[in-house]
This record gives sequence, C-alpha cells and structure tokens, in this order.
Amino acid sequence: MTQPLDRLIETPSQTGGPYVHIGCIPTFAGIEGVYPQDLGLSPIADGAKGQVITITGQVIDGTGWALRDALLESWQADAAGKFPGQNGADPNVSGFCRFAADKDSGAFTLRTVKPGPVPARGGAMQAPHISLWIAARGINIGLHTRVYFEDEDNSADPLLARIEQKNRVPSLIATKTGEGAYRFDIRLQGENETVFLDI
Amino acid sequence: MTDLGPLVPRQRDMHPVPYDPDYKTSVTRSPKWPLLSMESTPSEETGPRFGHSMLGPLDNNLILNYSRDPDKPAVGERILMHGRVLDEFGRPVPNTLVEIWQANAGGRYRHIKDTYFAPLDPNFGGCGRTITDDEGRYQFLTIRPGAYPWPNRANDWRPMHVHISVFGHSFGQRLITQMYFQGDPLIDQCPIAATIKKRSQLDRLVAPLDMAMARPLDFLAYKFDIVLRGRRQTMFENQLEGM
Repeated sequence: MTQPLDRLIETPSQTGGPYVHIGCIPTFAGIEGVYPQDLGLSPIADGAKGQVITITGQVIDGTGWALRDALLESWQADAAGKFPGQNGADPNVSGFCRFAADKDSGAFTLRTVKPGPVPARGGAMQAPHISLWIAARGINIGLHTRVYFEDEDNSADPLLARIEQKNRVPSLIATKTGEGAYRFDIRLQGENETVFLDI
Repeated sequence: MTDLGPLVPRQRDMHPVPYDPDYKTSVTRSPKWPLLSMESTPSEETGPRFGHSMLGPLDNNLILNYSRDPDKPAVGERILMHGRVLDEFGRPVPNTLVEIWQANAGGRYRHIKDTYFAPLDPNFGGCGRTITDDEGRYQFLTIRPGAYPWPNRANDWRPMHVHISVFGHSFGQRLITQMYFQGDPLIDQCPIAATIKKRSQLDRLVAPLDMAMARPLDFLAYKFDIVLRGRRQTMFENQLEGM
C-alpha cells in the first residue's frame, strides 16, 4: 500500500457541437441583446504598437471541405513579445480573439498585430507566433496549433525544431500574400495535415 | 519559494477519442497523425483574463436574460446549475470565465442553422456567462434543456445537456465540455457521450440532483464541478525572465 495520491483528474472534453456560437459568439447564431457585444471581437485596440496584419484561411476536413461551423480562438504576445498582464505589455493589445468560419464560405479572418518573439523555458527564444485553438462539431477535444510567419526567422524556434518530418513544418507557417496579409489554412486530416499540439 | 512551472501534461486517455466512427462527423475532422507533445511555454501558460466588471446582472440568468422582463420567464423546469472550478491539485480557479449554452425545454436551439421543428421559446436565448468567485464557485439559473434528435445514425438523440466553456488562467487549460443530468437514459445511447471510453470519466459529466441547493417552491439544483489542468509548483525551476 502507499499513501493516497490526492490528485484530481481533468474534466473530460466534449465537442462544442454545431451551435457553439450560441455560447461563444451569440450574434453569429442570430442572438442579439443578451450581451452588449460578443467577447473577443478584436485582439487589439486603436494605438496598438507594431505592424497590423490580416490572416485569412479556412479549416478544412479530411475530404477537402471547408468547415462552416468552426470556432477559432487566438492568443498572442504584443509586438515586443510581452503577453497581456506582463510588465511593460502594450495596453492596447488584449491578445485574445474569437472568430468563426463563415457560415457560407468557411473563410475566417484574424486582424491583429504581428507578435514579437517570446522566451521559452531555459532561455531560448521562440519565433513570433500566434496560438490557435479550434472547436467544432466533430472535434471531441479542442485542437491547439500555432501560426508562424514565412517572413520571420523561424530557424531557431524550439517547437518547429521538434517536428521530425520537416515536410510538415510548412503547415504551421502562414504564407505572405501581400503587405501585411497572410494565408493560413488548417487541415484537420489527410494530405498536408496541420501539426496539432499536445502542449 | 515555489514558482509556477509548466502545465501538467494532458492525460489524453481521460478524454474522448478524437476519432469515433459512431460519431460520424469526427471521422473526417479528427487528425490522423500524432499530436506534437511538448512542455508548455509562456504562450500556453498565459491566457486571457476577464473582469467581473464586464458582466451584466442577468448574464448568468438564462430564464430572464433574453426577455429581460420578469413577467416573461423562459418556459421549462427551473434549475440552478452550480459548482466549482478546480485544478488537478485541488486548488480553486478563481476569476475565470464560464460560459454555457443549451437548447430550450423542447430541445430546440436558437441558432440560424437549427431547423428542428420543436418551437423556439420567445423568451429564451440559450446563452449565459459568469466569472468564478474567489473560491472558484459559479452559478447559473436556467431551465432544463430538452432532449432532441440529430442526424447521425438513423435514430440518434442527444441526452439533455448544457454546453460549458471554461478558460482557466492559461490558454493551455482551455476546455469545452457538456453537463448531463442524473438519471437520463439517453446518456447510455449517445454516441457523443460514448466518445469518452472510460466510464468513470463519463460519469464525471453527469450532474447529480442537489436538493440541498434547491429552493423550495422555485427551482431544483444540479451540481457540476469542473477540473482544469494544473501547473506544477516547483522550487527547481526559476521563473522566466519577464514573467
């Protein structure tokens, strides 16, 4: 016998379902007036320092079809690599955004500032990136991934370095389509499947 | 002196399987390749914080927060849904946002894409939110949602359930789950509930009737505690610069 280990176990996840918007983005579901506005409309306010960028993409299933019911959340540091709440963080960066795949086209858009590099444990630096979390019908536990940028130096990033199959690294790197404009598609399954994180 | 270390790695076998043929939509939406497992970084250990000041007085009262009229409450069995948010070490998670959404008493969602012919309740929106107190406690006043059929196998029905979204204090703690109700026979028929393969874990999503918290001649109560990932506390890992 041993002493009892009085740990609790994490509550199991369940899918957000097709109507995840009701709780997270009520106006998307057609619900007005319960809250003054949806939560997480923008990760930045006027005056945020840094380059304003736009990331567009789709969440694509194993058949190649873009999800029309996906919910996405992003979390990031400011242009100097400080997370909200840390000393010296940009007061105009909340860092959090909630957005949905369009109900007709499946396209999503995230408008934000490009984050700066942030430290990893042990002194290494992580290349600029935005964390993403995806919930939808058919996704039984929310999927974590990251958006990196093709016009940044990603060569020393510790997470990208951990990906054994280097041919999968581009799945985490947004491609530049114009000044301040990037494309980032998320492939849930199959050819060029996005690297998802257990982190 | 202890510092907050990395997030405790997720015990994936305590969660639903991502791919389950009986839940058909999961077949094309579940990653085929293994997840990349890594120790958390500041990107996962930080997360959005929301203040109590953003809440309206009716935000956690789904019986009234749509009609906004005490004479026009939502139809259905009135219930108090309450519990605590804790971490794996049993510590309360205070000041964290809890959001819920649900069908009405007839099993119909107020959503542009729900076409089930059970009627909408003109006085029920179906969403609510609150922020836990210093002890990690939360409460919602709502109505018990109805069961409803859904297109999956030929005759699948969802048990009565409330969807719940919790943030914690770290983006890596992010969790969406569902609360079921004690005694509902549809739980054992449901392919979504059955994506959780450990019965003891599924049982943790079934809220017991809590008569001690019921209000006589007003509402019944169900208790639902939520456990989020914890962060290791250690004397051997120094805080990160700038944290």
